[in-house]
Amino acid sequence: MSGESFVQVENVSKSFGDNKVLSNVSLQVAAHDVVCLIGASGSGKSTLLRCINLLEKVDAGTIIVDGQNLTTDKLDVNKLRQQIGIVFQAYNLFPHMTVLQNVTLSPRKTLGLSKKQAEARAYELLDRIGLREKAEEFPDRLSGGQQQRVAIVRALAMDPKLMLLDEITSALDPQLVNEVLQLVRGLSEVGMTMIIATHEMNFAREVASKICFLDAGVILEEGPPSQIFGDPQEPRTRAFLSSVLAAGRM
Amino acid sequence: MQRILDLFFSPHAFRDVLPDVWLGFQTNIHMMVIAEILVLIFALGIAVVRGLPGRAAIPLRALAIFYVDFFRGTPLIIVALVIGVGVPSADAGWISSQSAPTYGIASIAIIYSAYVAEVYRAGIESIHASQRMAARSLGLSYGQTMRYVVLPQAIRRVIPPLLNDFIGLQKDTAIVYIIGIGEAVLAAQNYSTAYTNFTGYTVAAVFFVILTIPLARFTDSLIRQRELRERAAA
Repeated sequence: MSGESFVQVENVSKSFGDNKVLSNVSLQVAAHDVVCLIGASGSGKSTLLRCINLLEKVDAGTIIVDGQNLTTDKLDVNKLRQQIGIVFQAYNLFPHMTVLQNVTLSPRKTLGLSKKQAEARAYELLDRIGLREKAEEFPDRLSGGQQQRVAIVRALAMDPKLMLLDEITSALDPQLVNEVLQLVRGLSEVGMTMIIATHEMNFAREVASKICFLDAGVILEEGPPSQIFGDPQEPRTRAFLSSVLAAGRM
Repeated sequence: MQRILDLFFSPHAFRDVLPDVWLGFQTNIHMMVIAEILVLIFALGIAVVRGLPGRAAIPLRALAIFYVDFFRGTPLIIVALVIGVGVPSADAGWISSQSAPTYGIASIAIIYSAYVAEVYRAGIESIHASQRMAARSLGLSYGQTMRYVVLPQAIRRVIPPLLNDFIGLQKDTAIVYIIGIGEAVLAAQNYSTAYTNFTGYTVAAVFFVILTIPLARFTDSLIRQRELRERAAA
């Protein structure tokens, strides 16, 4: 199985000072699969995603994406990041640029697209999410949901082969969550390989081919959604899910 | 009382000295404009070098830190004397045969670049790490991230404090009269020496104030606009 996985994370550990955030984490993701990481805040979900994008350097272990070992020193990190999109909880759009400039910056500067090519592609993507008329607006004129959709489109404009979504609906007003999830649903339908850290359990159950429950930097339990949500084996998983249920988030 | 008015506010002396002080003040304006342009560029370079990451950049970073520490701590008048009197005496060819205002501009630019580099640095550091992270995650290099994401935001943010430093710079073009630049203060001094009347200084002071006030109000209005914008966004 590990030989054909699109993403292979093997025995990855990561500490910030004395704080061990990930210990011996292993994760396999097949091409076109969607894996959801669930678990409490501070369980290591975001750090794991950042390690896969090399925004954090792992202390130990290997990460292989599409046959490429990310944990060697010889790697061109800029080139790699052009192929792996990541979307953050706080959108992180560039506030001094219009929506169009946000989306076209990296394709122009790193992929060498002309302004015209990059804008054509950006308009195509903005059209698809119904935000074409916002192309000339600055991010602070957009709602949170719109900003997050633009952030997703900004990542998609690089034509990534893997998308990492880091709690992308956590900062949104409840009524804006769905428009963002709808976009992610669309991506899963066209076969985008994704690793999603999320607190949206219903969404995870719906789109994920595999759920991983993280607890204190360890993947405590993983399996298909029916198993994790229907018949969790670990007491910690059960405790987490029942607290989520009690909070009305499932 | 009449004696004081005559010494500092004499209408007769005013008419006499005005053309000379005005002529001198044009040299002040010339020096401040060129020095400000040089400072904008040079200080940005220092600030960027000071923020370079990695072990390989340690010598460069150290140089930038030394520059800022040294010239922020040195009085302008010393730098002006060393450059405006010392360098021409050194007989070092081209560099020793510049005009006095050029040495004045160089002295001011050297000192103020150290100040303004710190202003830029504060601006660069005020840009949230998530902005760099977002840029790097899109595959932009460190340099591209600085050029397209960090610096445009940082520079916008530091315009008010930067203009504030420029108000200081404009006044300090008076200090370099010490190396014999024919600017407003020297003209006033020449008049006061010849006629024992200080009205020329009053005239020069008024020129400086007139030049500074619009810049101060402009800075104020930028700050106010920003506050309004941030309140609207919150």
